[in-house]
Order: sequence, then structure tokens, then C-alpha cells
Amino acid sequence: MSGLRILVPIKRVVDYAVKPRVNRAQTAVETASVKHSMNPFDELSIEEAVRLRERKVPVSEIVAFSAGPPKAQDILRTAMAMGADRGIHVQLAEKEELEPLGVAKLLQKVVEKEKSDLVILGKQSIDDDAGQTGQMLAGLLGWSQATQASQVKIEGDSVTVTREVDGGVETLKAKLPMVITTDLRLNEPRYASLPNIMKAKKKPLEKKTLKDFEVDITNRLKTLKVTEPPARKGGVKVEDVDGMIAKLKELGAL
Amino acid sequence: MASVTKLLRPVARAAKVSRPLRPAFSKPAAPQIRCLSSTAPRREIDISEIPPTPITHLSETEALMADSVSKFAQDAILPKVRDMDEAEAMDPTVVEQLFEQGLMSVEIPEEYGGAGMNFTSAIVAIEELARVDPSVSVMVDVHNTLVNTAILKWGSEALKKKYLPKLATNTVGSFCLSEPVSGSDAFALATKATRTENGYKINGGKMWITNSMEADFFIVFANLDPAKKYKGITAFIMEKGTPGFSIAKKEKKLGIKASSTCVINFDDVEIPKENLLGNEFEGYKYAIGLLNEGRIGIAAQMTGLALGAFENAAGYVWNDRKQFGKLIGEFQGMQHQMAQAWTEIQAARALVFNAARKKEAGEDFVMDAAMAKLYASQVAGRVSSQAVEWMGGMGFVREGLAEKYFRDSKIGAIYEGTSNIQLTTIAKHLQKTYTK
Repeated sequence: MSGLRILVPIKRVVDYAVKPRVNRAQTAVETASVKHSMNPFDELSIEEAVRLRERKVPVSEIVAFSAGPPKAQDILRTAMAMGADRGIHVQLAEKEELEPLGVAKLLQKVVEKEKSDLVILGKQSIDDDAGQTGQMLAGLLGWSQATQASQVKIEGDSVTVTREVDGGVETLKAKLPMVITTDLRLNEPRYASLPNIMKAKKKPLEKKTLKDFEVDITNRLKTLKVTEPPARKGGVKVEDVDGMIAKLKELGAL
Repeated sequence: MASVTKLLRPVARAAKVSRPLRPAFSKPAAPQIRCLSSTAPRREIDISEIPPTPITHLSETEALMADSVSKFAQDAILPKVRDMDEAEAMDPTVVEQLFEQGLMSVEIPEEYGGAGMNFTSAIVAIEELARVDPSVSVMVDVHNTLVNTAILKWGSEALKKKYLPKLATNTVGSFCLSEPVSGSDAFALATKATRTENGYKINGGKMWITNSMEADFFIVFANLDPAKKYKGITAFIMEKGTPGFSIAKKEKKLGIKASSTCVINFDDVEIPKENLLGNEFEGYKYAIGLLNEGRIGIAAQMTGLALGAFENAAGYVWNDRKQFGKLIGEFQGMQHQMAQAWTEIQAARALVFNAARKKEAGEDFVMDAAMAKLYASQVAGRVSSQAVEWMGGMGFVREGLAEKYFRDSKIGAIYEGTSNIQLTTIAKHLQKTYTK
């Protein structure tokens, strides 16, 4: 068997350290002149793909993919500096947004074209928090899926994934091809080192448009309004235990 | 009245023309000095044809590395900053990680195991590191802008092959120029070199040598022919452990405590012929050149420090501390001080990045580097001092980093040319321009 062909879809999102603010028209989160970076879960995906190769799992290629504005090129370079072999960038217009189903359909085409046999993607992106793309992609492809992975082991074409669930861990075993979504405790992503940043400059970055894929990405959802969560109100102090119980009863919590 | 001015206009015009053009906006003159960096100057390109971009604009690679270094500094260095300062020692794992990240070989070409980046990348890295810890920053600065550059520029092929891969992966370098009798007057140095059958013998000592505890590789300046005065100065490469080489004392300092500063003694240290750096009697030229561009690095360390001090305080006054029922950062007295400080930081950064870009473009940058270092260290001193005041009690205690930034800022006005030396350099250039 030739090595694994891994596809890692990644997304450019508002940096996790930035406090998101709703725009004035209340239609979305403000993104103009806000620091963006790679979705943190996607960093885990890239890291896992690279570690599979470092653990001597036969990996023939790691392809990073992103559909986004021209600036999404930056995160593809980061992915290549972390160890992806090449990048594919589907350029979208600045305000163009894809929904999870659209992304999944697009990825299905990419998987077919690239003959990928493993897709590793973040369990969710931290901007929309939909958490759907991986599952939809597995459904469209008719592949096995393991979501929220905290450990991935590959032997031959058999994949063992551990996932953290309420009250314990669940272990799944499936055969390739497969879709895996990553969770926080899977690994600790590396920092792109300076020599690797320079090497990434020389790795191929293919530019595409949605037209190249012939998929129906019509949006089906409509955003009515985006608002900030209500400010948290301060609590009250109670004198003693009896006071607390009385208060809880008053609030209907007991 | 109008007719009178009309009449006088040609006179006024003539008077204007007779005055020299303002030098700051004159067309860039042909480079007057040899560019001493390892980054090849882009002199073959006429940059006057390139549309100017904002000075703070970074290339894709520079931006990517700024992000990566900033993340590394936040995650890997920040948690250790306070402990390293209290212990007055650099954590060896930090040094190891700096090598792993390629931060010790920014400009060393790939063929020698380095990152092969440009000079401005090094400046970006130094600034990002100083935002978190100026001590770590100066270690990286000295290693890159002084030591690596010296070998790249003047090392023989054999020296490059032998030492660059080490300097890129595991050997910290140190630059030994200052002596008890020689600092600002760098060429009053008394360390002597004499020729022997197989090379040279060095006697004397150095003082205030940065990185000397961590370093295994030293560039030592010594006078091979005192009769020639400063023109006898020659540069040598010395490895730690060479018989006769010893570290006499580690200094206890006011700031950048985690960075080591020592007194070094040379007692009949034998150096093989091949460890001569460049040519005999050219050491003074090398030293001037290296320090000229090294200053841009120190300036970046100072702007990084100022940014770090500002951000640390801004986080506190605009999120945590309330007095009289509102956040202290909402009082106008605070806001105006902070706006002023931020403006000064950005002005200093403009000087720093402009000096770096001019150096890369192969233009004369000596005065720019001096202005950048002078101003950046002044701003760092001012802002870090104010930041302590803005944070009040929390700024004064050793729990946070505000007081550390303040202590660390002081060195900026001292090393790699004191502020007075920078002023002298700037004034000399000005006098040359305006002398009729």
C-alpha cells in the first residue's frame, strides 16, 4: 500500500485572543482590522497529520486546504511551515461566506480529486461554532467518522480513535478511508520554526475558485440578527446557609 | 501691497533656490559605506522606482515569523520570565528552544543549517522577544547581529563550515570588545595579541561581556601591534575551554538580570592561525561596522520592551483596576498620558524599521541607526517608568512584570553605544551635511 494521502481543511478566523464584537448593523461579528489566525482546532489537525508522519505511519502527502478571502493564504503558509506538503486555496470574495454543507460538498470534490484517504479537520471553527462540517463530509462520502478525537492510532488500514465523552473515554475502531475531527487534548501544536517558514515559501500553493469545483453551495441559512450576550449581573450575598436555602427556593432552584 | 509682494516674488524664489535642499528629502545618494550585514544588499535595484509602502509593512514571511515568535514567546518564555529574573540566570531549556525555533540563526543561510532570512526578520524577532523578556531578546540580538554576522561577513570558508552549523544549532556566541579601560572609547583596548609559530597568543581581559556564561564561542578583539594604536586591533575566534581562558566574575545587575554579563581573563591563550577572523589589523573596521547595525537590534529590543510595558499596563488599567467607581484607564489624566506614550512608541518603531530597511537597501544607515537606538531607548525608559505609575501598587511589586520592564530599560541608554555616543554620531553627520 502506498502511503496515506491526508487532507487537512483549515479556516481563517478571528484570533482566539481577540474579544469578538458585533458589528453596528447587527448582522455579524466585526472582522475589519481585527487580528485573524488559523482556527485553533485546525492547528491540532495539521499537527496530528505531521505527527502521524513522524511516528512512521506511511504518509505520502499532507495537503492543507482552505476556502476563504485572499488573506487565507497566510494560514495555508502557516500550515505548510508546520509541515503540510502543499496548499490549495479556493479564493472567496471578502464577504462571501460558506455554510457547513457548502464546505462539506466542496471538500467532497477535493477529496475525490486528491484521492485522499484520510481527512483530519477541527471539530468546529471558533467563529461560527457550528461543529457540522466533518460529520456532513463523512455522510456525503459515505466514510466512517470519528469526531472529537483525543488520540489517533493507525496500523495498516485500521484506525483507532479515542474520544473523550461525559464520564469517560470512548474508543472507536474503523477502517480507512475515514474522517476524523480533532479536539483540544489531541496534541500541542508546534510553533512554525524560522527555517520551516522559509521552506514553506517554496512549497506549492495552488489557487482555485469555486467555479473549478462545480458544486452547489447556495446558502440555505439566513442570519436575522446578531447580538452580544446580555451582560452578567452581579450576584447577591447571603448571610448564612439558611439564607442561601431560602434564596434558592425563592428562585425556584430547589 | 499685493503688487509689492508680486514684485518681490522672484527675489524670494531666488533666495530659496540658493539654499541647499533639505537633506531629509533629497534623492538617496549612492551608498557611502560598505554594507556590513550578511544579507546581501539589494544595491542592483534602484529602489527609487518602487512605490513607497508604510514603514511598518512586513513581507508575508516577516509577518508569519512575527506571529510565530510572538506565540512562542507568550507560551514558552513568559511563564519563566519572573523566575529567571529572580534567579539571575537564563533557563537552559529556553536557550535550547531558541535554537529549535531557528531564532539563533535568523540570517545564517540554509546551507549552514540556518533559517536564511533577511535582516529585518531578525529585527522583528528581537522586538517580539523583548515584548516578553528583554533578557532573552538581548541574547538573541547579540548572537545574531554581532556574532553570526561577523562570521558570515569575514569568516573564511573553513571557519564558516566549522562554526556556522554550530552557531545555528547549539552554540551560543559572545562578542568581546569592552574592557575595564575601554568602553565608549572602544579602541583604547589593552588586550594584546602576539604572533607565535602556529598562530597567536592572547593576554588581557574583557569586561561586561554579554552571553558569556552560556556561550562556547567568543569573538575577541585584541591589539596585535600597539604601535599602530587602534589600527593594530585584530579579531580572533576563541572557544570556551581553551587553556588560559577563564570567566572571572559574573556581574549582578540592575536589569536584564537573566542575561549573563561577565569579566573574562585571557592568560597566554594560544589561538591557532585559522582562528584569525578576516585579516590582521582590520578588527577596528569590523567592530565599527557590526556595532552600527547592531544598534538597530538594540533599538528593536527597546521598542519591544516599551510595547511590552505598555500592553501590560493597558491590560490592567482598562480591565481590572477601578477607583471612584470607574476603571482608572477612563480618567482623562491617564488617557492622555497613554496616548502620548503610544505615539512615542510608534514614532520610535518608525525610526527602527526605517533604519533596518535602509540597511537592507544598501543605503547609508549609520545616522538612522544612531537615531533609532537613541530615541527607542529614551522612549523605553519613559514608557516603562510611567507604566509602573499607571499600575500603582501593582506596578511596584515584584509579582508582575511592570517593575522589571522599568529596570530592564536602563541598559538601552548604555550598551552598544551610550546615548551620548549616539548623539555625537548624529551631530557629526549633521555637521558634515551643513558645513559649507
